[in-house]
Amino acid sequence: MKTFAESNFPGRLIAVEGLDGSGKSTQVYLLKRWLEAEGIKVYFSEWNSSELVKSATSKGKKRELLTPTTFSLIHATDFADRYERHLVPLLRAGYIVLCDRYVFTAFARDVVRGCPPEWVRGNYSFACVPDLTMFFKADLEVSLNRILEGRPKLKFFEAGMDLRLSTDPYESFRIFQGRILDQYLAMSKEFNFHIMDANEQVERQQVIVRKLVSEAIDLKKFKRRSPLPLPPALQADREAMELEEDKAA
Amino acid sequence: MSKKSSHRFYGHGIPRIKPEDLGGKLIVVEGADGSGRSTQIAELVNWLETSGRPTVQVGLKRSTLVSEELKKAQEGNVLSRTTLGLFYATDFADQLENLILPALKAGFIVLADRYIYTLMARDMVRGMDEAWLKNLYGIAPIPDAVFYLTVEPEELVQRNLSKNATLDYWESGMDLGLSREVFDSFLKYQAAMHDAFRQLQKTYKFEIVDANRSVSAVNKELRKKISALIDSE
Repeated sequence: MKTFAESNFPGRLIAVEGLDGSGKSTQVYLLKRWLEAEGIKVYFSEWNSSELVKSATSKGKKRELLTPTTFSLIHATDFADRYERHLVPLLRAGYIVLCDRYVFTAFARDVVRGCPPEWVRGNYSFACVPDLTMFFKADLEVSLNRILEGRPKLKFFEAGMDLRLSTDPYESFRIFQGRILDQYLAMSKEFNFHIMDANEQVERQQVIVRKLVSEAIDLKKFKRRSPLPLPPALQADREAMELEEDKAA
Repeated sequence: MSKKSSHRFYGHGIPRIKPEDLGGKLIVVEGADGSGRSTQIAELVNWLETSGRPTVQVGLKRSTLVSEELKKAQEGNVLSRTTLGLFYATDFADQLENLILPALKAGFIVLADRYIYTLMARDMVRGMDEAWLKNLYGIAPIPDAVFYLTVEPEELVQRNLSKNATLDYWESGMDLGLSREVFDSFLKYQAAMHDAFRQLQKTYKFEIVDANRSVSAVNKELRKKISALIDSE
């Protein structure tokens, strides 16, 4: 599997991976703010699937119609849609694209559900691998407590209830997340993850994140010559997203 | 009903499904729109059921999970090729797990109105990698028989026009920009599909059935071959 740089894309893709509650989203957000302040052409990609794929996915989840195979395929469809419609054009246009989760999320999750690893990897092989992947490794208990302390209502598939690990959603979620963590760690060499100590202070982690990024990517090549606005369609998305982020902050 | 005969998969198969649990027969009829697939299958079902054999029928775009969305995606032509390819694979997998595999476990005869080969051929014509497709469709059980009904493209045009008075956008491959004229595009696209099938034939060994003939002549040949298959148990 080739990176975007190796495939001669002018842009670069940086992915963060880790369990929910590992603090990766905070780190990628701070990274984005820094790159923007530096005048870099950067885009933060959220899951942004088209209505059609979203409709099928949520129907499958709500009605619990999904098996490990169809769960894997519908998410691969969703990813392909995001990849072809969204990521590839930005990368062709020379953006630095930040992804909160990438194909590795699927590799870990689907294999825990029992899909053969080679089959899942093969299905995603149309996509280039990131130019930099940071894996946020927190103690399992820390991640779990962050997510579970508010006693959120866990969804059926989110808690891994389809695996029949436990009849208690919280217990099921704990076992499921533990297995996902094992899968992540098992593939960290294969995909050249930079392992981040997510138990470390947020500010200190960010210093390391920024250092890794500047070492991996020649950032001055991605500076805007002039404050070039995004295409109108994307600009609206971006403004809406920034507004939400400001609210959240 | 015949005793269990086991079905192997093309690749990795489906998690937790053992080939030895799958009996019955899986019979696939492939061919372009207008090749008489659906008519032939209806006749076969009639024949099999009156002779006391239970059947289940599957086809493309019929899954509970994604068929509605797939139809809408086609109407608007909004999905790009990898996405559409995977969406179809999801549709196939949903029917595989909910219809085909349970029916084979129960020893039924499954008649598939198109199978993975059409999906693969369509994607190949659109430039997708054959090795990628083979991995993706490694979930599929190997059928007991695959009949590929072939009809000359010119004859296909006539049949489609006499049935619908129009040529279907997708069956004409209009998304590929082969020609602005539907008529020319249809002929080019069907020729490309035929080439893709011949390419797949090398791996997947279809029985080619000449469907330029009458419905009853074709059905007679199919029955003869299927009888041999069922009686060999």
